[in-house]
Amino acid sequence: MQWESWAAFWSMGGKGFYVWGSYGVTAALIVLELVWVFRQRRQTVARLRRGGWASGRIDGGEAR
Amino acid sequence: MLRVFLAVLRRELLLVWRERVDVLVTLAFFVIVTGLFPFGVGAGAGQLRAIAPGVLWVAALLSVLLSLHRLFERDFAEGTLEQLLLSPEPAVLWVLAKMVAFWLAAGLPVVVAAPVLALAFDLDPAGLPVLAAALALGTPSLALVGALGAALTLGLRGGGMLLALIVLPLFVPVLIFGAGAVEAEISGVGARAHLLLLGGILAAALALAPPACVAALRMVND
Amino acid sequence: MLAGRLAPWCAGLAAVLAALGLWLGFFVAPADAVQGEVYRVIFIHVPAAWMSMFIYLLMAFWSAVGLVMNTRMSFLLARALAPTGAMFCFVALWTGALWGRPTWGAYWAWDARLTLQLLLLFLYFGFIALTRAIAEPNRADRAGALIALVGAVNVPVIYFSVQWWSTLHQGASVSFSRAPSMAATMLAGMLTMALAAWAYSVAVVLWRVRPMILVRERHADWVVRLLAEERV
Repeated sequence: MQWESWAAFWSMGGKGFYVWGSYGVTAALIVLELVWVFRQRRQTVARLRRGGWASGRIDGGEAR
Repeated sequence: MLRVFLAVLRRELLLVWRERVDVLVTLAFFVIVTGLFPFGVGAGAGQLRAIAPGVLWVAALLSVLLSLHRLFERDFAEGTLEQLLLSPEPAVLWVLAKMVAFWLAAGLPVVVAAPVLALAFDLDPAGLPVLAAALALGTPSLALVGALGAALTLGLRGGGMLLALIVLPLFVPVLIFGAGAVEAEISGVGARAHLLLLGGILAAALALAPPACVAALRMVND
Repeated sequence: MLAGRLAPWCAGLAAVLAALGLWLGFFVAPADAVQGEVYRVIFIHVPAAWMSMFIYLLMAFWSAVGLVMNTRMSFLLARALAPTGAMFCFVALWTGALWGRPTWGAYWAWDARLTLQLLLLFLYFGFIALTRAIAEPNRADRAGALIALVGAVNVPVIYFSVQWWSTLHQGASVSFSRAPSMAATMLAGMLTMALAAWAYSVAVVLWRVRPMILVRERHADWVVRLLAEERV
């Protein structure tokens, strides 16, 4: 094991801000992307069930 | 083949001539953008001399960019574009003719005006011919790539910003070699390599952009 | 449908690999002799940078396939890839900046690699903005494919020009050599994280492309049946 204590782990040799700033933002972005993808999916399915994107007409309402 | 090319070129140039104010506006835009930099950066002669090639190139690039919307818009609105695409003549030819006419109207004035403006930036006179040569080789590439962007964004809401977003990253190599040519000449390295690379880019753009542009225009009308 | 069944497995794989990679990265790999602990950013930075470039290549590949073979599915894949690629591109830039500050003394330097990454992000943005701005699906697909291909053709040119430019302009103040010698455990951690990024990308892209397909194929029997059966 590399770390003597949790405090040492979190401080990352005094460079904790840079390391955890990197990991934190990455994690946040991944969570955001997942939330976004699943929300999109739910909305699309709901709209299709309601008969959205009425037949024949292309209104540009792509699943985005 | 050549007949089609020349006929379209003549038509386009006639249209440019009828609206020659547009050319002047492009030119005025180029001069104003260039003229803004001394206010922003400060007018120390050494400072201005150092940034002159880059400033002139960025201004040239923006002038071309902001004229691009004129390229296909009118023909699109009038339905001429559709007819041209349906005509039996090879579409690459008339697209190329339009691009050439566009460069004559939007690129050439900038090439001519840039050395004069460079004097106001106290650029080393040795760099002036290279500046003009680099612009003469580089702005056609900008026009060719820009035309592709204009075709892709034709008729879209907010197309101007979108066009800039798509096209500007692709302009970077031309900007680097163009501004680099002038700096290399002044510093004594010689601009040969830069100009050759600009020529190479132009050759590639000339070969690839017109067919890609035709493909993009066909998407609009599908 | 295969995509729907595959995605959760990939996501699970990604989670396992990421956990393993993070464990290797934080608890097994030793501190770097030169950089100390900060180098641990590498475990997301390098995989993200690889992914961002690889996804762009994939996008261009599916775009080319779409334009040549006229298959709608490949256009949709290209469009589903773009946001994830842009995300990784941003992560690479962000972590690079946070890594650069303590090691080089600056968040940003106009180095060739950094500049290329930035331009790649703009290429992603251009692709996403263009495909979203066009209302007709057919034109959006094709225009996006075309610009993805144009971007892919230009990336080597941009890279070459930026390299040329940065060697002319860059002062010698900053040395960009990578960590001189990587311990085997560091490498293992990084590769594991790269595989995790892979699995994650596959999962997210599959999840994203599925509703897109449902919308496009909304008149097909299997979609109607699927919706009726509440199995989506």
